[in-house]
Amino acid sequence: MIPEIGGAAAMVALALAVWGAVAAAVGTRTGRPALVLSAQHAALGVFVLVTACFALLTYAFLTFDFSLRYVAINTNLGTPFYYRITAVWGALEGSIILWAWMLSLYTLIVILRHRESAQELYPWVLTVMLAVMAFFLLVITVAAPPFERLAPVPADGRGLNPLLEDTGMITHPVALYLGFTGLTVPFAFALAALISGRVGDAWITMTRRWTIIAWYFLSLGLLIGGWWSYHVLGWGGYWAWDPVENAAFMPWLTATALLHSVMIQERRRMLKLWNLSLVILTFGLTLFGTFLTRSGVIASVHAFTQGSIGVFFLSFLALVLFTALGLLAWRWDALRAQGALDSILSRESAFLLNNVLLVAAAFTVFFGTVFPLLSEAVRGVKVSVGAPFFNQVNVPLFLALMFLMGVGPLIAWRRASLDSLRRNFVWPVALGALSAAPFFALGVRGAVALLAFVLTVFVAATISVDFVRATRARKRMGERVLPAMGGLLLRHNRRYGGFVVHLGILIVALGVTGSQAWSVQTETTLRRGEAVELAGYRVRFEGLSASEESNHFKVTGAFTVSNGRAVGVLQPAKKFYPQETSPIAGVDYRLGLREDVYLVLGDFAQDGSQATVKLQVNRLVSWIWIGGAVLTLGAMLAILPERKKPA
Amino acid sequence: MTRRPVRWLLPLSVVPLLALLAYGFRVNPHEIPSPLVGRPAPGFALQTFEGAPFALEAQRGKVVVLNFWASWCRPACYEEAPVLERQWRTYRERGLVVIGVDIQDRDEAARTFVREFGLSFPNGRDTAGKVSVDYGVYGVPETFFIDRQGRIRAKHVGAVTDEAFRTNVEKLLADTTG
Repeated sequence: MIPEIGGAAAMVALALAVWGAVAAAVGTRTGRPALVLSAQHAALGVFVLVTACFALLTYAFLTFDFSLRYVAINTNLGTPFYYRITAVWGALEGSIILWAWMLSLYTLIVILRHRESAQELYPWVLTVMLAVMAFFLLVITVAAPPFERLAPVPADGRGLNPLLEDTGMITHPVALYLGFTGLTVPFAFALAALISGRVGDAWITMTRRWTIIAWYFLSLGLLIGGWWSYHVLGWGGYWAWDPVENAAFMPWLTATALLHSVMIQERRRMLKLWNLSLVILTFGLTLFGTFLTRSGVIASVHAFTQGSIGVFFLSFLALVLFTALGLLAWRWDALRAQGALDSILSRESAFLLNNVLLVAAAFTVFFGTVFPLLSEAVRGVKVSVGAPFFNQVNVPLFLALMFLMGVGPLIAWRRASLDSLRRNFVWPVALGALSAAPFFALGVRGAVALLAFVLTVFVAATISVDFVRATRARKRMGERVLPAMGGLLLRHNRRYGGFVVHLGILIVALGVTGSQAWSVQTETTLRRGEAVELAGYRVRFEGLSASEESNHFKVTGAFTVSNGRAVGVLQPAKKFYPQETSPIAGVDYRLGLREDVYLVLGDFAQDGSQATVKLQVNRLVSWIWIGGAVLTLGAMLAILPERKKPA
Repeated sequence: MTRRPVRWLLPLSVVPLLALLAYGFRVNPHEIPSPLVGRPAPGFALQTFEGAPFALEAQRGKVVVLNFWASWCRPACYEEAPVLERQWRTYRERGLVVIGVDIQDRDEAARTFVREFGLSFPNGRDTAGKVSVDYGVYGVPETFFIDRQGRIRAKHVGAVTDEAFRTNVEKLLADTTG
């Protein structure tokens, strides 16, 4: 029954979404609120039906219903309970359902929050969101149906991709999709603004928090993806510039640019056209990313299934871009700037530069990602673009962005006087410059690493200068220190939330810099009882043991690790899944603030007498995850509802 | 509107990009250029499921189609098995050798696979995984076309089709220089 009910629910949902999109548009054009109300009900219906689809699919996974093709491919009788749930979105069909469900949830929240407050925009927002929804439902019903039957029903399924059997896989796609789908909201508002002609600042004010929320989830998704890559894939890295990673990184870059450029519009009534373009670009990039990873057009180490879905996404991308850019061209005259840049030394120009750099970074990532395709189309030569290109181009951009992170928040709007520059930046610049010496003494030699560390000190100093000064001002008004600080954070939560996010990004940047500059590794074959030494660590091979797990066979090595004192026994493993060509590495590691010891088991002799092992000492990697936590705090602070300032 | 027709170029600017992406459907990222193409095929010897020995070196002077498969490789290996059998029957008269190498598999499941498809060309298991490593097998199925001099001339990733099989084999059979 499940396939029939699920399939029918998706189809009805599709009909409702199409109806709702049309009804909201016609309703507002012809001034019939009843139609808009009907669209609202349709959106509610879509949410209920998609929730039902999602629940049915989950139920099918939990009960091993192999009559569903999707279930049979992505699970087997040995799959543990926990991973049967995550397997729901372990492949294409289910992830589209998850995506659609989140989108319907966002639509619902938009209705609840904005149906009163956004009178003119609201019906069009509903139209756009339901139209996007309709597209995903079309994919679910036609291109990638999760409820397809499999006959004859197999006795057992193939099983989930073993690499996805990891806790990171629960949260990573969820966070990433919350980010992707969340970006639909600002896009819908932007289009609504263009269609209704109300291209003023209302849509910006209303979507600011939506953008922060989506941005935050996107950041979280990227970081968890990095963590998954680091502790599951066993190559010791967290980022490989793979097309799939780039697909998520590009909208992150443009969304970051947007978060900054909207502030200029709020303050100075400038950049209307630019902000609308950024929203469209960001949303387009989320679609492009999905197209890229799901169409099989570009080879990637992430083995995703392919199918007709690529054509669907490309058509939709074309529709979105033509519609949005067409509307932009149509409203061209209304979008001319009202303000003008007063001075190069101003916050506006710092933010503008930040935007240019972020978009340039997004463009280089884009270029590197599609270059293999371009090369084949133009020259007929197959090439691949690897990490060296991306690093070489992006590292200078990111260093410049770090510098702006220090300048932007403190420099004055409009025109910064020399005096204010001196007041704000003398200490941070001095501290940053002075910090070069101790870093150098500590062994930081590479120019890039040294610059990154110095810039971090500089930015941290600017944040401290600002915070200390604001706290002092409140103390003069008679507040105590701690309440003054707390009040600052809460009352100017957006500003200080932004600062905390900046700190988080800096900490991530330190982790990235450190791990790139100072990580060391070695690979060697050890006989039982033999040891290898690296960076003060001594790793001795004690032996191998084998075990039969519920859905795979596992060979585990035991290695005693010490660095002067005992660190512990690390047990990297190799897992043999019957459905996989090659064994899956089970990494073992000890995380530390200064460095991680990271061990991967390679080949071994059947009798356990010897084993090849890859030993890495990865420096400062933990700071990437710590930075992620700080970033979370900052984002939470920024998302808090803004307090009314006392008159 | 007529004053500034230039702005309408904005939506049109995405056309080249979309065209490029659409072009992507025509190319196959799975045609990974193998560094082995043009190189001598690594030698190997194994025992077929019937118990007969098979050695690649002994086939010198003949065109060899080397196919890597596994019984769990669904659906690609299931799609191509009938193709291989059909083509082998067509070309065996002209001296073509087809050898199937089963990798990462259980003996029983593999034998069932051979029996079910009634494969009559030699098939054997790569028990130690050495052959697939030598050939840099990325995933199953993969098919190598080896010429009379024992050089790899083409590699096909994914289920082999009648057409791909025919084109490659005809080319190598026609080449009688060796």
